[in-house]
Amino acid sequence: MTMFVSDWQWGYDGWIVVITALVAMTCAIPGSFLLVRRQSMLGDAVSHAVLPGIAIGFLVSGTRDGGWMLAGAIVAGLATAMLTQVLRRVGGVDRGAALGVVFTTLFALGLVLIVQAGDSVDLDPSCVLYGQVELAPLDVVVVRGIEVPRAVPWLLGVLAVTFLSVQVLWKELLVASFDPATAAAQGGRPNLMQQVLMVLVAAGCVVAFEAVGSILVVSLLVAPAAAARLVTNRLRPMMFIAMSIGVVAAVGGHLSALTVPGWLALETTDVSTSGSTAVFATLLVILAVLASPQQGLLFGTFRRLALRFRIAEEDLLGVLYRREVESRGLGQPTGVHLSELGGGGPGLAFRGMMRLAAIRLRWAGYVTPFRLIPHPDQIKLTEAGRVRATVLIRRHRLWELYLAGAAAIPLDHLHATAMDLEHLAQPDLLASLEAEAAKSVHDPQGREIPRG
Amino acid sequence: MPVHHRHRNPPIGPEHDPQAALSIHDVTVAYHRRPVLWDLDLDIPRGVLAAVVGPNGAGKSTMIKACLDLVPRVSGSIRLLGDELAAVQGRIGYVPQRETVDWDFPVSALDVVCMGLYRKIGWFRSVRRRHRNAAMEALDRVGLADFAGRQISRLSGGQQQRVFLARALVQEADLYFMDEPFASVDAATEEAILEVLRSLRDAGRTVIVVHHDLQTTRDYFDWLVLLNTRLVAAGSIEETWTPENLRATYGGRLTLLEAAGWAMGTAGSGQRRS
Repeated sequence: MTMFVSDWQWGYDGWIVVITALVAMTCAIPGSFLLVRRQSMLGDAVSHAVLPGIAIGFLVSGTRDGGWMLAGAIVAGLATAMLTQVLRRVGGVDRGAALGVVFTTLFALGLVLIVQAGDSVDLDPSCVLYGQVELAPLDVVVVRGIEVPRAVPWLLGVLAVTFLSVQVLWKELLVASFDPATAAAQGGRPNLMQQVLMVLVAAGCVVAFEAVGSILVVSLLVAPAAAARLVTNRLRPMMFIAMSIGVVAAVGGHLSALTVPGWLALETTDVSTSGSTAVFATLLVILAVLASPQQGLLFGTFRRLALRFRIAEEDLLGVLYRREVESRGLGQPTGVHLSELGGGGPGLAFRGMMRLAAIRLRWAGYVTPFRLIPHPDQIKLTEAGRVRATVLIRRHRLWELYLAGAAAIPLDHLHATAMDLEHLAQPDLLASLEAEAAKSVHDPQGREIPRG
Repeated sequence: MPVHHRHRNPPIGPEHDPQAALSIHDVTVAYHRRPVLWDLDLDIPRGVLAAVVGPNGAGKSTMIKACLDLVPRVSGSIRLLGDELAAVQGRIGYVPQRETVDWDFPVSALDVVCMGLYRKIGWFRSVRRRHRNAAMEALDRVGLADFAGRQISRLSGGQQQRVFLARALVQEADLYFMDEPFASVDAATEEAILEVLRSLRDAGRTVIVVHHDLQTTRDYFDWLVLLNTRLVAAGSIEETWTPENLRATYGGRLTLLEAAGWAMGTAGSGQRRS
C-alpha cells in the first residue's frame, strides 16, 4: 500500500477500510434480495426513513453506539413498510407515491430531531448525512488486549446476524421473492419474509450511516448487487460476489480518496472516504456493464464484430467460387469485384471489411497470390480455399432447396435468404439440413449441389 | 335469461360434502367493494380433471385464489379434501399464471422445481441432494431434464410453463389448482401438459384448471364449471356442455368466433376420442 500512498498508516487507514468493507458486506446481503425483487429503491426509502429511529435511539441512550439506535432504526424501517401499506389500502395511493410520501416525511422528522438534539448532545446532522468514517478509528476499545475501533466488534456482530438470518431463511426468502403467491399457498409467509428483509435493510442502514452516511448508504445497498447480477445468473453466488464487490469498493474508495485529490493537484487534503466509496462502487457497476460475459457491451460488440468478419470472409469465398465456375473453360481471370459482393454496398466500412477479409484469407492460405496486402479484385482461390468454399456453396444450395420445398419460398427470394442462412454453423442444425436434402443433386435453379 | 343448474349441487346449508375434493359454500369475493364472485356454491368430486371456464373478468382466477386464501373473502366457507385449508395445505398444489412472476429472476429451472418441496423440507432446513433428485425426476416427467441448470429467462414460454408444472408435480399433492396452464404454449407443449394432467387424474388426484380455450375444453376435461361472477352451471362435461349453458355463461360476449370454436370442439370431439 505504501507504494501507492505515501501517508498510508495501517493503524488508521487500515481500520477505515475494514470498517467500510464490513458495512459494504452487511449491505450487500439484503441489497441482493432487494435487487432481484426490483425493490432497490425501497432500500433508498428505508435508508432515509430510519433517520428518526436512529435519532430517537440516540436521544434515549445518549451514546453513539449500540442497540438503542439499531432498535429505533428497525422500528422506523418497519413503520415505513406499514405506513406505505396503510396509504395504499385506505387511500388507494399508488405504491411508489405512498413510499415517496412516507420516507421523505420520516426523513424530515429525523432531521428535525437531530437538529433539536444537536444543542444538548454530540450528534451532528452532516455526520449523519455524509458519514464520518475518518473519525471511527480514533474511538477505540480494547478487546483481548488489542485496541480496535469501537465500531468493529459491533459491525462484525450485525454482519454475522444478517448473514446467518439469510442463510437459515434462504429458501423461504427465495420463494417469497420469486413467487409470493405460491409461497403463500404453501404456507410460506411471504409477507413475514418481506418484513425480515426490511429489518435486515434497516440494520444495514444503521451500521452504514457512520461509514457512508444515510444518503450514500443506498450506493452500498444497490451498486454491489447490481454489478454482481451482471456477472452471474444465480442468486447465491450473486450474493457472495456482491459482498466481494463491496469489499473492493471499500478498498478502492479509500485509496482513491487518498490519491485522487493529489493527481488532480487539488489544494485540499480533506478527503471524503464515503463519497469516493460510493463513486467507486458505481465505477464497478459500469465495469460490470462493459465486461460482463453474458450481457457485457465489450463481449457483445466483440462477438458481433467477429461474426460480421466471418460472414465477410465466407461471402468473399462464395463469390470467388461462383466466379470460378462461371468462367471455367473461358480462360478469363477469376478475380472478383467488390461490387459483386452485394449486401453492404460500396461503403468505406464495407470495403475495409472486405479488405481485411481478403488479408485474413490470404494468411490462412485460402487465396493467392501471396502478397502482404492482397487486393480483393485480384485474388484467386487456392485448393484449400476451394474446399472451404465448396462446403459453403453446398450449404447455400441445400438451404435454397429446403426453403423452396418445405417452406415454399418463391424462387426469386431464395438467394438472399440462403445468403444469410449459409453462415449458420451449428452442427445439429447442419445435420438436419443434410438429412432434409440428402438425395438431391441439383438446387431449385438446376445448379449442381457440390459434395462437401 | 341465464339457466341455472344449482340443483346439481347439494342443497344450500352449512354442511359441506366431505367426499368432495373442493366444496365451496356461499362464497363472495369483492375487490374494492365490487363483487367478482357472488354467492358461489360449488362441489367438485375427487379424481376428476375439471375446467373452470368463463369470459374475462368472470372471477376464474379469483375463485382459485379464494380457495387458497390468497384473497380475502367477504363471506362463505370453503373445504378442501373435506377439511379446512390449514389442515390440508401440504396436499394442495398451485400453479399460478406464468406472467405473475419475474422470469429474469436469477434462479435455474431446477431451483424453481425445488420450491415445490419447500413445505415438505420445512422451515430453516436446506435443500438436500434427495430433494434435488426428486425435482430432477419431475423435470424429466415434463421433458425438461436437459434444461435443469438453465436460468429461467433462457427458457421458452412453453418450457417455463412446464417448469411450473414440474414444481407442482414434485409436491405430490392430492388437489391441484392451475391457472391457465395452457396459455400461449405451442401445440407440442399443450399435448405434454395434458398428458401430465391426465396421468395425475388417473392416479386418483383432482386437478382444477382455469381454461380459456373453448375449442379444447370438451376434449381435455371430464368436469366443467361455468362461471360468470355467479356460478352458471357445474357438472360432468357431458351434462354441462350445452349451448344454453355456454350462452348463459358468455351472454352477449360470446363472439361469433368463440361460438364457431365451440361448434368445432363439439364436432371434433367424437372423432378425436374414437
